[in-house]
Amino acid sequence: MKFSVYRYNPETDNEPYMQAFEVEARQGMMLRDALMAIQEQDESFTFRHSCGEGVCGSDGVNVNGSNKLACITPLSELKETVEVRPFPGRPVIRDLVVDMSQFYAQYKQVDPWLIRKEPLPEQEILQSPEERDKLDGLYECIMCGCCSTACPSFWWNPDKFLGPQALLSACRFLADSRDQASEERLNSLEGPYKLFRCHTIMNCVEACPKGLNPTKAIGHIKEIMLKDAI
Amino acid sequence: MALEKQRFDTLILGAGGAGLNAALQLANANLKVAVVSKVFPTRSHTVAAQGGVNAALANVLPDNWHWHMFDTVKGSDYLGDQDAIEYMCREAIPTVYELEHSGVPFSRLDNGKIYQRAFGGQSQNFGGDQAARTCAAADRTGHAILHTLYQQNIRAKTHFFDEYFAVDLIQDQEGIILGALVLDIATGEPLLIEAKTTLLATGGCGQVFRTTSNAHINTGDGKAMILRAGLPLMDMEFFQFHPTGIAGKGMLITEGVRGEGGYLINKDGERFMEKYAPNAKDLASRDVVARSIVTEVREGRGCGPEADHVMLKVNHLDEAVIAKRLPGIRESSKIFAGVDPVKDPIPVFPTAHYVMGGIPTDRFGRVMPTSDDDGDHLPGLYAAGECACASVHGANRLGGNSLLDILVFGRLAGKSIIDYVRDNPSHRPLDEANVEWAMGRLGRWDNKGDGITVSDLRKEFRKTMEDHAGVFRVEEMMREGVEKVRAIREKLADVRLTDHSSTFNTNRTEALELENMIDVGLSIATSALHRKESRGAHSRPDYPKRDDAEWMKHTLYWQEGDKLDYKGVRSQPLTVESFPPKERVY
Repeated sequence: MKFSVYRYNPETDNEPYMQAFEVEARQGMMLRDALMAIQEQDESFTFRHSCGEGVCGSDGVNVNGSNKLACITPLSELKETVEVRPFPGRPVIRDLVVDMSQFYAQYKQVDPWLIRKEPLPEQEILQSPEERDKLDGLYECIMCGCCSTACPSFWWNPDKFLGPQALLSACRFLADSRDQASEERLNSLEGPYKLFRCHTIMNCVEACPKGLNPTKAIGHIKEIMLKDAI
Repeated sequence: MALEKQRFDTLILGAGGAGLNAALQLANANLKVAVVSKVFPTRSHTVAAQGGVNAALANVLPDNWHWHMFDTVKGSDYLGDQDAIEYMCREAIPTVYELEHSGVPFSRLDNGKIYQRAFGGQSQNFGGDQAARTCAAADRTGHAILHTLYQQNIRAKTHFFDEYFAVDLIQDQEGIILGALVLDIATGEPLLIEAKTTLLATGGCGQVFRTTSNAHINTGDGKAMILRAGLPLMDMEFFQFHPTGIAGKGMLITEGVRGEGGYLINKDGERFMEKYAPNAKDLASRDVVARSIVTEVREGRGCGPEADHVMLKVNHLDEAVIAKRLPGIRESSKIFAGVDPVKDPIPVFPTAHYVMGGIPTDRFGRVMPTSDDDGDHLPGLYAAGECACASVHGANRLGGNSLLDILVFGRLAGKSIIDYVRDNPSHRPLDEANVEWAMGRLGRWDNKGDGITVSDLRKEFRKTMEDHAGVFRVEEMMREGVEKVRAIREKLADVRLTDHSSTFNTNRTEALELENMIDVGLSIATSALHRKESRGAHSRPDYPKRDDAEWMKHTLYWQEGDKLDYKGVRSQPLTVESFPPKERVY
């Protein structure tokens, strides 16, 4: 199978280039396996990866124009020549490795931790199965960055617009019956950029390898804000 | 250029559950704490834990910590230290409540309490009916816990060194650890972190085997650093093969599948666990189930064209149960086995999963440097989680006890460190010679020229470990294994990198990881060769019985001269009576 892979080493290359590789595709092989095979051919080729099963979120890349997790993307689903690039819109450190610090900084902006004001009980804080169900589709995020780096609003304003990942996380805590800081959370999302730069382009939904829907979460936050305003 | 140095009260190596739970205690106590992780914290392998964490909350069935303790001692095949086990099982309960308060999205029961499922090796009333002790967030419990702990550490403003690779511990002439030399992966710049206390929380080493549920990063770095610092590893022969990895691939299918009612069948459709464990059947302890699967396959009752695996049947369960309780497993089975478990059984075979052995510690997480039963700990050095050996798992770990181990002992190590730093407020002077030695280990990889590649030697090594230190072990096979791994260790000197750049050089970090894996692999192979009995996960057809008179003791392995020594099991619990060794049947 033919691959065309983005290469850039700031120490030796004036500019990035695409390099051709060929990998013998076996039954059941994932894109990560192919990238590891390419690394065997050329040890200087660099990409991040770890768990190999789609839970650690390390190996997000842009393949044939879409952001995907390499370890759960079967080669059989990819059209040749497979073009593999780093995430769009992020500074490239080397080859497929991008600088994600802005992405992590936006996540931290939403105070992504449970806030309780009442004293804690001795045992668990009770939560009904129905209340718990509201976290499904929100808590499973693996922070791979496929969504935010596919989002045009995030490309244009990565420092001001929080991006789909951070907003999904904000929604996860707003949706948690145990959290007691909804008002502060909503207030902090006010203004023209942080939340409202989402133009429902929905690239994030298409990109999410876990099948989550950040656009819906963003819409849900807007709904709560609207209700509160009335 | 002068080596950059930074000083902290505590250095934590590793940002999985153990490292992050320790960091949280320390940051909350306003200590200056550095967490070094070779990956962004939420990529640590705790994230992949599926089934849950054990605590005798009694939310579903009657339970108490003493029953949990009995099951853990029995599960350990009586090699676990009963003081540490008692402590862990008692602490499980407040630990899980604390996690819940921190925000972990546990699944819930109708009464609003935390959902608990049945797991292997669990019983009520000291060996009676099946218990339901495993607290779960669907089948993504590790993910839920790791993300919550990271979130709490953001709140507590813990100082993270993300994507820094720890090269070696730095010690002085007395052997006291003064911190570590680390490498900024993005820039290739070394950094010396000096610390009054150091906690190793570097996780497991499943990558030493070819087929494993473990991530690419699980290369035993902390264990290898301990060996190179002249300290021992304990009970390394005890390596758990999880019964249900996806056949031929190794990805984990949680024991929770069997806890929810799934069971194993052979090519004749026979529910074979009934033969091997008439009472517990598919929920027998992991070592028992893994051996049963391998036996079925060896005796010609395997499934598939190669007859090389068995099937995990789930499709008799309600689709709604699978969707609600096992959504991640359904996804993984579809992706990696091409099977929707709602319709068809999942092809499975044992996969290298967890090392019970590790850096010997007492129940406060303090590293114990000698084989002396009454020996003292090494001041200022701590270890917790899979890299450590407290020893709560003994010869075989129960499912749901690993998340528990990292949380309880991570937290406790944090608290021990707070006390130590209060009593020992100054840094000790650096030993420059030792820093140079560590820099030399790094510099060695700048050697150019032709040689063996990292990936070629890694392949040879991992295959050797799989062939010579797997589920069943006999003398000749293991002796050959030790010789082969020693030869591989010699070959390390001939490995050359083709990539010598500074920026995000994974060729170099993988070379450092390979060194670590080989050091750790040799500790496994050597310890295994010399234990002439079958106990827990260490199964020897040539010595099929457990031998308590001769072998109810911990193995200690030192790298220098591949030396072994032994020390007694701590069979005396803290407050209750000891559980004496009994025949282990399920």
